[in-house]
This record gives sequence, structure tokens and C-alpha cells, in this order.
Amino acid sequence: MTPVNHAVEIRDLHKHFGRLEVLKGIDFTVEPGQVVCVIGPSGSGKSTLLRCVNLLEQPTAGKVFVEGVELTHVDVDIDAARRRVGMVFQQFNLFPHMTVLENVTIAQRRVLKRGKTESERIARDNLDRVGLSEKADSYPAQLSGGQQQRVAIARALAMSPSLMLFDEPTSALDPELVGDVLTVMRKLAEEGMTMLVVTHEMAFARDVADRVVFMDGGVIVEDGPPDQVIGAPQHERTKSFLRRVLDPTHTDV
Amino acid sequence: MTDQSTATEPSGPGGPPPARARFSPRKRQQISRAVQYVVLVVAAIAVVLFVDWASLAQNFAKPEVARETLPELFTIALKNTLIYSIGGFVFAFLIGLVLALMRLSSVRPYRWLSLAYIEVFRGLPALLIFLMILFLPLALPGFEVPGGLYGQGILGLTIVGSAYMAETLRAGLQAVPKGQMEAARSLGMSYSRAMITIIIPQAVRIVIPPTTNQFVSLLKDSSLVLFLGVSGEYVELTKFGNDLASTYANATPILVVGVTYLLVTIPLGYLAARLEKRQGKGR
Repeated sequence: MTPVNHAVEIRDLHKHFGRLEVLKGIDFTVEPGQVVCVIGPSGSGKSTLLRCVNLLEQPTAGKVFVEGVELTHVDVDIDAARRRVGMVFQQFNLFPHMTVLENVTIAQRRVLKRGKTESERIARDNLDRVGLSEKADSYPAQLSGGQQQRVAIARALAMSPSLMLFDEPTSALDPELVGDVLTVMRKLAEEGMTMLVVTHEMAFARDVADRVVFMDGGVIVEDGPPDQVIGAPQHERTKSFLRRVLDPTHTDV
Repeated sequence: MTDQSTATEPSGPGGPPPARARFSPRKRQQISRAVQYVVLVVAAIAVVLFVDWASLAQNFAKPEVARETLPELFTIALKNTLIYSIGGFVFAFLIGLVLALMRLSSVRPYRWLSLAYIEVFRGLPALLIFLMILFLPLALPGFEVPGGLYGQGILGLTIVGSAYMAETLRAGLQAVPKGQMEAARSLGMSYSRAMITIIIPQAVRIVIPPTTNQFVSLLKDSSLVLFLGVSGEYVELTKFGNDLASTYANATPILVVGVTYLLVTIPLGYLAARLEKRQGKGR
């Protein structure tokens, strides 16, 4: 019997790309309502881990459960499972041939089979949530990166997910636009959304996260409350990573 | 990086100083341009002097003969050219899309079939394909292409066009960033739903310019239906012009037909450029 009280449960997850082993046995859970930030150097496998949670990457071995449903089961209805999991990408991935409103309604209409009026109402509510209700008729190319990313968040939220995945949502943004996106994410966290966030924004992780997970070399090195993992790291790898990130001008080369 | 030990080999200061030129670069450019103009003017004068304009006009632009092409030039010939080429284009596009999707399929025999079709029909001359269609009833007794002569012409152009369309559309599908499929799938869309709503519409926009070229090329290839033995109400522009030219022993109809082709292809180029620009806004 699978436990249903976890929002996400991952058991002994392995992922190979050819001969390269990116994830070397990850065990990890997220509880409903928790905000978990995953930090770590590039190439540590944190994005791959996130992409395994909605099976955009097929794990080589191990099990992934979302709300008690095993996504790694061979007979799982993956499309149905993904409806419950919103995903926000580093490169936004808005649909460039559609207006903002169409971006936010298309999956509601085609996947959830919601009517036109209902899907547009929900879309406008969610655009309002991210502060972009006046951009409904614009095309993505007419928006700034920060605005595009907020539309992407609204698009995911419009599917009424129970879990949101963020894959370095601010890494492609100009520095002055990062704040808008983080504010939206913070608001979402305060409203009780379950969130799994891969990020380099240490201030966000420290302030918003309930838990911070530090990954390096395909394994979880440290996992705990932000005060502990960021404030008082136990492992040398965590300490050295945080030194580089928090004080980049004094890094030893 | 603070490593300064690897000093690069000092390169020479750009070779020896150039010898003093007889003309400055500006002067040379002026002379070159003057020469080009002189050549142009001489060529124009030669053409004017040596061409027998009266005979040329008599043979290629005789108003009485030109008048004889109307109204059938438009009501029959152009109409048929458009029927053959638009029909061929529509089917070539649809079949090309199926072939492109097969080419990207995860089912290996589909990939092979598609590749074989593309390699064969891309490599054959269009004329040969029309001749094959002509002999099709011999090869398959009792078989008849639906739609009669129109059907045969459209079939020929479909076969000619679809192999090229397949490759163009495949390139278009592959040019859509991978993140688009991932975003669509992450919203719970199935693979085919994502293809239909997200990927194919973007791919089609990407291939508008090469597709316009292909339509123009089909329009021209539609002249090959004359090898199917079309006559009367089925003739298209080239056959029409050729027949009239024989009748009057005068080349004017050929010129008229040529201009008629351009009446279609040139506006089409502009339309495509406008479409491309409009789609560009959404990128």
C-alpha cells in the first residue's frame, strides 16, 4: 500500500544519460503545503530530479509517487497525472503563436474540457494573481522576460494543480526582473501551494522555503530547514558551494 | 584567470608597408564604376541596333493575336492551371505532413517507408511521374484515377510535391524548440494533442517561405499535364499558349501566357512576405 499523505515521494531514483549517471539514488519526500528549494552546483542533477517528478525525464530506476499515484508504473495515465502537477521552465516556453489569454486557456479547454467562458474566467483570475490581467491580449514576444515567466506561472496555475515545480524560474531573467517573479512565487507559497523549486536565489530559499535540499554529484548531500542548510551547513561541499554563491568575488580560483 | 605565463608569439606588425599605389582606393572605385556604366550603355545600344524590332513585335506581341486569347486565357487556361496546382498543393501538403510525422515516428517501419517514398519521388523528374500516370491504366487494368483528367493532373503534382513538402515540414517540425513540447506535455496534453495544437501550427509558420517556393514550382510543373493528353476544357496555360501559337503560327500567345504566370507568382511572393512578417510578430 502506497502512503497517500506525501505530496511527492521519491524512492531510490537513478537516472543515466548514456553512460553518465546523473542521479545516483535519490530518496526524498515533499509534504502537502511544503515549499522545498533544491540548490546545488550546475550539473548536480537538481533539474533532472525535478523533471523526473512529472516524468519529463524517464527515470532509469526507482519510483516516483505524486499524491500516492506511482508515475513510474508502466500502466500509469501520465497525461492525467501531469494535470495535477504544474511546471514552470527556465526558458518560460510560452506558446509564441497564441496570445497570453490563449496560452492560459488552451490546456484548460483541450485537456480539462472546460467551456470557453469558464476557462477565460479562470485564466483572467490567474493573470490577475500574477499582476498581468491587462496583458491578456498581448503576444508573448511583446512581453518582458519577467512578464513572460509570470504568464507561464498563471498558465500552470489555471490547471488547478496541487503541486508546482519550478525549474530555475529566474535564471534567464535580467536582474531587475527577478523580483517580480519571486514575489509571485512567495505569494503562492503563502497561499499554501506545495512547491518544489530548483533555484540559485539563496535569499528566496532562506526566506520562503520550509526545507532546503543541497545536491551535488547526483546525490542529496544535505536536507533540512533553511537556517540549518544555508545558515549552518554541516558538510564541506555545502559550505564551499555556499561560499561561492553568497560571496562570489572572494572565490578561490 | 590570472595566468600570464603563456605569452603569445608576437606577430609581425602586419607585413611590410604597402607600396604607394598609383591611384587612391577612392579613385580606383570611381574608375571601376565608370567602366561598368560604359559597358551597360554599349550593351544597350547594341541590343537596340541589332534587334529587328518590327519582326520581334510581329512575332511576339501582335495585338490581334493577343486579343484572340481572350477570354479563354482566363476562363479556361488560367482556371485550369490554378485547379491543377492548388489541388496538387493541398494534397502534397497533407501527404507531406503525414510523411513528415512518419519520418519522426517512433515506429521504425514508418520511418523507413517515409524515407523510401521521399528518396524515390524526390529523385524522379516530374515529367517521368506524369508519364507513369499516363500508363497507370495499363499497369492496373480497371483502375481509374478519380476525378478524370483533373484527378490525374492533381495526382501527378501531388506526387511531385509531397516528397519535397515532407522534407520541408520535417525541418519545420524539428525547428520548433523542444521546450514547446515539454510545456504542452507538462500541462497534461497527450503527444498527439500537443502536436496538433502546439507544434504543427508553429512548424507551418516556420515553413511559409519555402512552401511558397514549392507552390510556385508546382504552378510551373502544372504545365506538364499536357503530356496527359489534355485538350478542350482541360487545357492549362502552357498547352493553351502552345496550341494558339501553332494555330496562328505566331509566338504572341506564348508571351501572353508567360505574363499570365507572372500575374500569379509575383503577387504570391508579396503575399508570402506579408504573411511571414505578420507571423514574425508572434515570435
